[in-house]
Amino acid sequence: MSAWEVVIGLETHAQLQTKSKIFSGASTAFGADPNRQACAVDIALPGVLPVLNREAVVCAIKFGLAIGAQIAPRSIFARKNYFYPDLPKGYQISQFELPVVSGGGLTIRVGAGETAQEKTVRLTRAHLEEDAGKSLHEDFHGRTGIDLNRAGTPLLEIVTEPDMRSSAEAVAYAKALHSLVTWIGICDGNMQEGSFRCDANVSVRKPGGPLGTRREIKNLNSFRFLQQAIDYEIQWQINEIEEGRKIQQATVLFDPDTGETRAMRSKEDAHDYRYFPDPDLLPLEIKPDWIAEVRSSLPELPQAMQQRFQADYGLSAYDAATLAATRASARFFEDTVAAAGKEQAKLCANWVMGELAARLNRDEKEIAASPVSAAQLAGMVRRIADGTLSSKLAKEVFEALWNGEGQDADAIIEARGLKQVSDASAIEPIIDTVLAANQKSVEEFRAGKEKAFNALVGQIMKATQGKANPQQVNELLRKKLGV
Amino acid sequence: MINASLKELGAALAQKRISSVELTTLFVDRIEKLNPTLNAFVTVDRDKALAAARAADQKLGAGGTALSPLCGIPLAHKDIFCTAGWRTTCGSKMLANFVSPYDAHVVERLNDAGMVLLGKCNMDEFAMGSSNETSFFGPVKNPWNPACVPGGSSGGSAAAVAARLAPAATGTDTGGSIRQPAALCGLTGLKPTYGVVSRYGMIAFASSLDQGGPMAKSAEDCALLLNAMAGFDARDSTSLERPAEDYCRDLEKPLQGLRIGLPKEFFGEGMDAGVRAAVEAAIAEYRKLGATTVEVSLPNSSLSVPAYYVIAPAEASSNLSRFDGVRYGHRAAEYGDLNDMYAKSRAEGFGAEVKRRILIGTYVLSHGYYDAYYLKAQKIRRLIAADFQEAFKACDVIMGPTAPSVAFKFGEKSADPVQMYLSDIYTIAVNLAGLPGLSIPCGFDKQLPVGLQLIVPWFGEAKMLNAAHQFQLATDWHRRMPAGLEA
Repeated sequence: MSAWEVVIGLETHAQLQTKSKIFSGASTAFGADPNRQACAVDIALPGVLPVLNREAVVCAIKFGLAIGAQIAPRSIFARKNYFYPDLPKGYQISQFELPVVSGGGLTIRVGAGETAQEKTVRLTRAHLEEDAGKSLHEDFHGRTGIDLNRAGTPLLEIVTEPDMRSSAEAVAYAKALHSLVTWIGICDGNMQEGSFRCDANVSVRKPGGPLGTRREIKNLNSFRFLQQAIDYEIQWQINEIEEGRKIQQATVLFDPDTGETRAMRSKEDAHDYRYFPDPDLLPLEIKPDWIAEVRSSLPELPQAMQQRFQADYGLSAYDAATLAATRASARFFEDTVAAAGKEQAKLCANWVMGELAARLNRDEKEIAASPVSAAQLAGMVRRIADGTLSSKLAKEVFEALWNGEGQDADAIIEARGLKQVSDASAIEPIIDTVLAANQKSVEEFRAGKEKAFNALVGQIMKATQGKANPQQVNELLRKKLGV
Repeated sequence: MINASLKELGAALAQKRISSVELTTLFVDRIEKLNPTLNAFVTVDRDKALAAARAADQKLGAGGTALSPLCGIPLAHKDIFCTAGWRTTCGSKMLANFVSPYDAHVVERLNDAGMVLLGKCNMDEFAMGSSNETSFFGPVKNPWNPACVPGGSSGGSAAAVAARLAPAATGTDTGGSIRQPAALCGLTGLKPTYGVVSRYGMIAFASSLDQGGPMAKSAEDCALLLNAMAGFDARDSTSLERPAEDYCRDLEKPLQGLRIGLPKEFFGEGMDAGVRAAVEAAIAEYRKLGATTVEVSLPNSSLSVPAYYVIAPAEASSNLSRFDGVRYGHRAAEYGDLNDMYAKSRAEGFGAEVKRRILIGTYVLSHGYYDAYYLKAQKIRRLIAADFQEAFKACDVIMGPTAPSVAFKFGEKSADPVQMYLSDIYTIAVNLAGLPGLSIPCGFDKQLPVGLQLIVPWFGEAKMLNAAHQFQLATDWHRRMPAGLEA
């Protein structure tokens, strides 16, 4: 592998969460019957004209601010001309020479856990454009159906520099971008419905050499496919070159069933899109006060929040990044800390990232819909902190909260008598009984077998139904055994 | 009644001397009688027209101050304006069976005023032509001489009003398509400042140049119509948000002190002697009315035709892409694959001139040619606009011929596209600069009308109409009517 360096750039289409389309008043809601959300402008009747949706511009400004990019004071909509049945006008309105957002960068974490490295992927540009409709090739008996509900849906096309060096970096970038666009509320991030889809430009070269010829993998709508497609493509390109063939610039499709990429069209039959400024739309002018207004509406951004989590709560970079992966998770964590007390932040973090995350994952639930509320989790954390609950008991309490078997931790502890016993006068008689009944283990311990000690602890805990404070049992037992 | 001005018709209707139904019947009858010869209308619908007339009569009966002075007056729309429930063909086989589900903004405005739509006027296919010979529905005859063209592309509208088949009509002007046919048919035709009249529902030819406007018998009629047609429309991003204007407000002002600029480039080679004589006589008339004249220069005007024939086809090639046979319009009966369907449908649906312009436009936007053609043409466009700005420092209104000759014979120029394109040599620069322009009848050559063109700075419509109206008070060229068409 080290003989080849991989170079990857991504182009992502993020569908913007506006109520209406980018150049018409039709609704953008997903899932309506075909062609029910396509108005005269969307189906390109003769004489209709586009009018820019201001909300789509606000989304672009938000994104530009979130990645530290320049927001163009004046950008231009251009027509990209080509014929296709689901492109009603015969051209797509996009931005070409002067995009609304240029520059900026996104910090990603590559690698696992605490050993992960930070890296910044530079962004080239982000521009506004309209989506096309859909061609439906099934169910029409050899003919093609056209659904124009999606035609005119606003998209932000986000283009990176060729800064990524592995599929893992590409996926880390895609995830970070996905998190950011949902975080700032410009995209619902629903990859299955196509709200967030990636094209990957992949090439390989000798380290330090000139860039190799790239092939573009189109329309990857899951992180797994992104990884698989890039890995396959890298290996394919390396094999081609090593077998003495040249890579031809091409657009390729990934087939999830076979795990392979396949050329769709080569550079030779590439379209000449005949871009030119759309005379139906005025240049998009964004004045500083508009940018300021949008800036004031932006939430705290993930990067800033991660730094605050480290500084204020003493969390590791990994914990901070994990908790701030989504706005919902960060909010849940902060609500928990607010109720449990700042000094319990680490404990709160462990529970949110550990037991809660695992349970949510198992039941395929979003954190916003967690059956255990932040307040409930905080109540339980407080009881762990004050010694009332052992971690083992806490798990039982958590499970009960999850199943709605009690209003809060205290009620469950009370109802089930789960209170940890830390009273020496209550524990000592039990120790005496256990020692009397397990003379063999006592002898083995005295003979130097440390394992026998653990067996005794186990017996004592069992006798107290797990309620004895394990640390205290340990201390008292050692005292009794005279060590 | 057929020669009455819109003001006179409005008064007759308001005073109940005639009903809209009677007036509408009068014009529909004339259309039925004369249109088979003239071919000015593509679609006429007596029932729809009478229904609208009855509605107008009700409005007139109810009276009130909100009543438009145009209520109940019949008119004709160029078949480029989408009209709900009416066939809207744009002069093309491509849309020969297209019935629009919606009204253009201009149509809405004139409907709201209570005007009665008589029918849709013939035109050059997709407004591409200067003689009406490119229409799929056959050429329109010039009412002054049926062997001659009416001009184009709004030739049907011009012929309809000239032959008194309608009191007034709408047109559109991309490079002279209102002013040139107005000149060739002896009418008054106004092309407003770009952005004054909404383009919503007006089938696009070249979006940055297209502008709708009125065609009528006088400047006063045009002012009344423009009052109803103009206005901001949120559905057109190039529509200008300005306070409403009364374009009649300055009509009666005297012309004392009006400074007329005469561009030397408009009075050089290429203009017929008879046209020159009529235009110079008109200028002399203006001097009598108190105006002064000054020679000005528009040094880049020789570049306007070449720049136009890059920009307009470029935009058209893209605007006409939607006519692909997929959702509406003509689709070939038989085809192989998808590309074949596109190729056959468009090959069959478009005429030769439209295809020529799509090819030119596609070429000039192609990779490697864009800078040399499209970008350069845009630069020239800015130079042309600057020329006018400079000229208007010395004058209030620019005057000159509308067209280099009077109406020509069918077939005379259709074999040579460049000769045809030169018919618009004096009008095109106005579109490139986005300025308002107007043509008024100012005499005759070879028994055919000659047009005088007026050009003013942006938003100078009221001043321009004032200058035209004062001329029409002093002359009667605009009252002349083609022979043999009396009721």
